[in-house]
Amino acid sequence: MTKKRGVDWLLLALVVVGAVLVIAPFYLVLVNSFKSPVDYATSGPLALPQELDFTGIVKFWERVNFPQKVWNSIFISGVVAVLAVVISMLNAFAIGIGRVRGRTWIVLLFLLANLLPQEALLYPLYYMFKSIGLYDNVWSVIVVFTVIQAAFGTYLLSSVYGTFPKEVLEAASLDGANRWQILWRVVFPISRPTLSVLLIFFFIWTWNEFLIPLTFLASNANQTVPVAISVLQGDRLMDVTTTSASALLGIIPTLIFFLIFQRTLTRGITAGAVK
Amino acid sequence: MSVDTRPARTQRATLPPEQPSIPQRKGGTGAYWLYLMPGFALLLVIVIVPLVWNVYLTFTKWRGVRSPEFIGLENWQKLFTDEDFWTSFGNSVWMILAMVVIPTLVGLVVAALLFDVVGRKFGGRVGSFLRATYYLPQILPIAVAGIVIGWIVRPGQDGALNQILGWLGIPPYDWLGQMPSALIVLMVVMVWVQIGYPVVVFMAALQRVDPELYEAAELDGANWFQRFSAITMSIIRPEIFVVTLTCTIAALKVFGPVYVITRGGPAGATLVPAYYAYQEFFTKRNVGYGATIATVLTIVVVIVSIVFIRVQNSIERKERAGL
Repeated sequence: MTKKRGVDWLLLALVVVGAVLVIAPFYLVLVNSFKSPVDYATSGPLALPQELDFTGIVKFWERVNFPQKVWNSIFISGVVAVLAVVISMLNAFAIGIGRVRGRTWIVLLFLLANLLPQEALLYPLYYMFKSIGLYDNVWSVIVVFTVIQAAFGTYLLSSVYGTFPKEVLEAASLDGANRWQILWRVVFPISRPTLSVLLIFFFIWTWNEFLIPLTFLASNANQTVPVAISVLQGDRLMDVTTTSASALLGIIPTLIFFLIFQRTLTRGITAGAVK
Repeated sequence: MSVDTRPARTQRATLPPEQPSIPQRKGGTGAYWLYLMPGFALLLVIVIVPLVWNVYLTFTKWRGVRSPEFIGLENWQKLFTDEDFWTSFGNSVWMILAMVVIPTLVGLVVAALLFDVVGRKFGGRVGSFLRATYYLPQILPIAVAGIVIGWIVRPGQDGALNQILGWLGIPPYDWLGQMPSALIVLMVVMVWVQIGYPVVVFMAALQRVDPELYEAAELDGANWFQRFSAITMSIIRPEIFVVTLTCTIAALKVFGPVYVITRGGPAGATLVPAYYAYQEFFTKRNVGYGATIATVLTIVVVIVSIVFIRVQNSIERKERAGL
């Protein structure tokens, strides 16, 4: 390691101060979720709890039926992730390997779905789903996000499939495999790393979505985690520690995903950026 | 010296259409259209039809029950004199400041520091750890990020920020109930959330820079800032473009924090176009007017994207031509 000059320590301190500022809200939420309201009132927000008190967390957990919300989020995000990957594969197969005519326009068209503000689609979708009785049903949300995520997936995957090794495809074709078999027995296994990255991205992006679940999932039973937490925000009567607990429980699932998939995520982000 | 590419272009125009990567016995790309059918069908139903329908709705007056009533350009005329509308787009500019300008500039500096200084002189592990720290707010659902900051700025004695200020002898302040603090709180949320994205992207991009370029420039007498602007900025320009484009579009589409923290208040001062449209749709039930706001937002997003990409292309073309 090269010699450290005085100014290097100063720069390190600068970056660390920045990092502390970024982490501070997390610290505040963590520390204050485990305090009793009395503890918060007496010792303030920065102090560690006098003793671990779970009332805030328990109150919030029971009030919104947190496990139910977590399951809703997991179910919706999981199904969307899988369906969107499948649709992306089918589209990318036609575009990247099939080289259909007008494919740049097709990719642009799909990308449009990702680019649009969701408000431009919101009311017609709301009306459509209400008319066919799918309003306040998780499947309406699943269908919408499958399209939105698959749009990005098609864009990314079609450029990946565009450079798929031809020799492998030719060999499979010579062995008598038809297109469908080649897709599932050759293309799918080889592109599995990229598909895994897409799967994780789609899961996390769908989990974090707000507007569409807020609009389409009216009843408490169907809400996702972000929506359930936000619905309580209007209640100013809710004490500080319970609100803090709600924020903490909103952070924990995503933090867990992040820790598990951190390596894949950073690789995926930089790959997408360089493209 | 520029190369005349014209002969190559006419040559390309007479090439036959590309063949699929899988050798075909008969037909060309035609059979692959079948694979596009599910994607297209879904796209049609979920995106194209609602989009067109939404544009149609801008010419109607509708409360969501019975049928829409055709009123021509009335919504559009109302839009131009609507103070709330212009406020919302004005706030979009502030959002762009908070989500594009500040994160990109600060992100560049932090990425450079983490990469050049921390990574090289204090170890890669420290650099990666700090990078993950800056990225942490990015992983949150945007609504939760809003709630975290909103909790800190709760009014009165309750709020963490007010309590901390109380120790410094500053009286409690109603951050969300007045301007400009309400808007500033929103901007702080967005900076907090967005800062990690440029840091991660730029740190990866910086790996492309050849250290020998820096050494050569140093020998020529260039200081750190000159090296940074001449060498670093031009090499990571693609990433700078991607980051600024994606952040600008995200800034135009901001919804979550406004809904969760300010609800557009106080008195509509922190309205943003997306939230304003939502309010018109579901709170005030002016569906036609909400559709108009949403359509304007869509047009702005499309125009911004096109401008960005064309600027990027023309800069790259000039670079390649050696200008």
